[in-house]
Amino acid sequence: MGKKLLLANDHIPGIQSYEVYRSNGGYQSVEKALKNLKPEDIVEEVKKSGLRGRGGAGFPTGMKWSFLAKPEGVPRYLVCNADESEPGTFKDRYLMSRIPHLLVEGMITSSYALGANTSYIYIRGEYYYVAQILEKAIAEAYQNGWLGQNILGTGYHLDLYVQVGGGAYICGEETALLESLEGKRGNPRIKPPFPAIAGLYGCPTVVNNVETIAAVVPIVNEGGDSYAAIGIGKSTGTKLISASGHIKKPGVYEIEMGITVEEFIYSDEYCGGILNDKKLKAVVAGGSSVPILPADKILTTPTGEKRLMSYESLAEGGFASGTMLGSGGFIVMDENTSIVENLYTFTRFYHHESCGQCSPCREGTAWMEKLLHKILDGHGTLADVDLLWEIQSKIEGNTICPLGDAAAWPVASAIRHFRAEFESFVGSSTAKHAIH
Amino acid sequence: MAKITIDGKTIEVADGTTILQAARMIGPDVAPPTMCYYSKLKTSGGYCRTCLVEVSKGSEKDPRPMPKLVASCRTTVMDGMEVKNNTSEKVTDARKGVVEFLLLNHPLDCPVCDQAGECHLQDLSYEHGSAKTRTDFERRNFEKIDIGNYVQLHMNRCILCYRCVKVADQITDGRVHGVINRGDHAEISTYIENAIENDFSGNVIDVCPVGALTDKTFRFKSRVWFTKPENAHRDCPTCSGKVVVWKKGDEILRVTGRKDQWGEVEEFICNTCRFETKKASDWTIEGPAHVNKHSVISANHYEVLEKPQELTINQIRPIAIDQQND
Repeated sequence: MGKKLLLANDHIPGIQSYEVYRSNGGYQSVEKALKNLKPEDIVEEVKKSGLRGRGGAGFPTGMKWSFLAKPEGVPRYLVCNADESEPGTFKDRYLMSRIPHLLVEGMITSSYALGANTSYIYIRGEYYYVAQILEKAIAEAYQNGWLGQNILGTGYHLDLYVQVGGGAYICGEETALLESLEGKRGNPRIKPPFPAIAGLYGCPTVVNNVETIAAVVPIVNEGGDSYAAIGIGKSTGTKLISASGHIKKPGVYEIEMGITVEEFIYSDEYCGGILNDKKLKAVVAGGSSVPILPADKILTTPTGEKRLMSYESLAEGGFASGTMLGSGGFIVMDENTSIVENLYTFTRFYHHESCGQCSPCREGTAWMEKLLHKILDGHGTLADVDLLWEIQSKIEGNTICPLGDAAAWPVASAIRHFRAEFESFVGSSTAKHAIH
Repeated sequence: MAKITIDGKTIEVADGTTILQAARMIGPDVAPPTMCYYSKLKTSGGYCRTCLVEVSKGSEKDPRPMPKLVASCRTTVMDGMEVKNNTSEKVTDARKGVVEFLLLNHPLDCPVCDQAGECHLQDLSYEHGSAKTRTDFERRNFEKIDIGNYVQLHMNRCILCYRCVKVADQITDGRVHGVINRGDHAEISTYIENAIENDFSGNVIDVCPVGALTDKTFRFKSRVWFTKPENAHRDCPTCSGKVVVWKKGDEILRVTGRKDQWGEVEEFICNTCRFETKKASDWTIEGPAHVNKHSVISANHYEVLEKPQELTINQIRPIAIDQQND
């Protein structure tokens, strides 16, 4: 069994409630932080831990925190990004609904470290019931003196709010999230300035993923070094993986970074192998936006070694033969899956969620969806496959926010690794069904 | 001060200047095209991605190139920065892609569009686009909407540059229009077709780079290249009263703001000047308006043309000898 830091207590009955959470060691990090540590010490511990943003980009959290501008007389904000909307990713939902106090605790400790006196949890509208669970947890934290004025008699005060979004994927992009939180249309801002300089209401702001903030709790409790001892290389600590698709045991798993992909898919501790013992065809390793990899490439790196569940190992080989850990949305596809149909679903999603500000994403995502629909219907030509490749290459890197890249990468990787499957649709309306 | 080199040409500019502004200072040869940026409107730019450039050297301090192309209208210069615009294949390629995206849903109804001849999208696609379209999908379709008595919105032609939204935000009060819906369904709207009631609302027509917002007092009256632009002014209590009147014979067909070489108005004008002052006797004519060279309108007449100098026989040298000497 791997070490568990976030989900160690998730099996305990009643862990949702304050009493049970507290009696199992909850809120220790707040006590330790507020009474014994200076804010800079916590930032230092987080830096030492090597914790990287768990929302998808994997940016070092300690570094992000140290970028936060600290002008005199200007409030600073911590915003938790709970707008988990990437297809294939559902770890934050599990964590928040199962152990809500862990996030609340992490928010308090992190807010203290950043010198924020008002913090927000921005949660997607579809997670309304989760928001209610969080509201309850926050109310309990207020009642027991963990939030509000003069916490633990230290003079530190913090107000924590839950804001429910309208259900837009784009609001998971940090600047669109801030716009939405301010009550505006959720359009990504043009950067610079970055939120660390001018974020919420123009004030310095840190936006972190739910899992990142939760991970601050064990880091403060046990020290950054002990967190960094888990994992491999620059992928330290544990990671929540949302496993879905054709596997025997779909669900949310906390893994120690560095176990092999093979172990994750086939061992009984995790996915338990492919459903109905079919053959593995492909894996999308980090949520729908990361490149899809065929079985051989996801299991082994280009140098012939076993691929590991870590930021570096999954990325090995670049986009030619590698992918990304992303948000940890691990989608497994068996031999009967149609890559093109799956891609069509992804592409339709990105088209639907494009905010429409910049032209490559607004027009390109719609165009790709139409072309894929045409190909799936058997009306496509070989030139259409080339055109699809061209379109994604014109979107990638040329947009305001990463949604453009997120729409382009799945298309690029599907064509790169499964071109023959696209071509099998050309000139045949029955091709669609041949794969089943 | 920051020294910046764009396509091999160096200029020194004040800190905080954007790459685009610096490029415009150098001149039109190196200035990237723009569809959404408008120097008179705050926070404009960044949307259309036509002005993407390659930063091949970040600055003197940190010479690393920037990993992605950047929007020159929203990126400020650093001392020692080196930028490639027309000299970068990546830029030309990306720009061609952007033009294709912008035209994807554009109806190309230029023959019946009032903007034809002074349309920035026409210029852009002529200079940076391809001759052929690669799509045969149906384009998006909207009903035409009247925004008040003077302005018509033809959403099919809109490229969502957000300029008109910024005008409404920044130079008129009580903004009632904005963008609704998302992605390629997004549209400029006045929320249940509210009229824009404002002295300066007509400026949305001048800032529109395409024919999405047109002047109803001028619609279908004439192709712009058959009209003669003249600078004119009058005493106006609301605005500066400095305009261009577009005449056919002695009749004034329309009134617009005066535009600079980048196609931006020099000053915003009021609705009274624009829509309601069309008698020739209302205006003091100053003389022919300068029309940018690249516009088809400039092919007509006006201004003092320089007569090409006739070469004397001694000045003519055989081309072949020149080449040998080189």
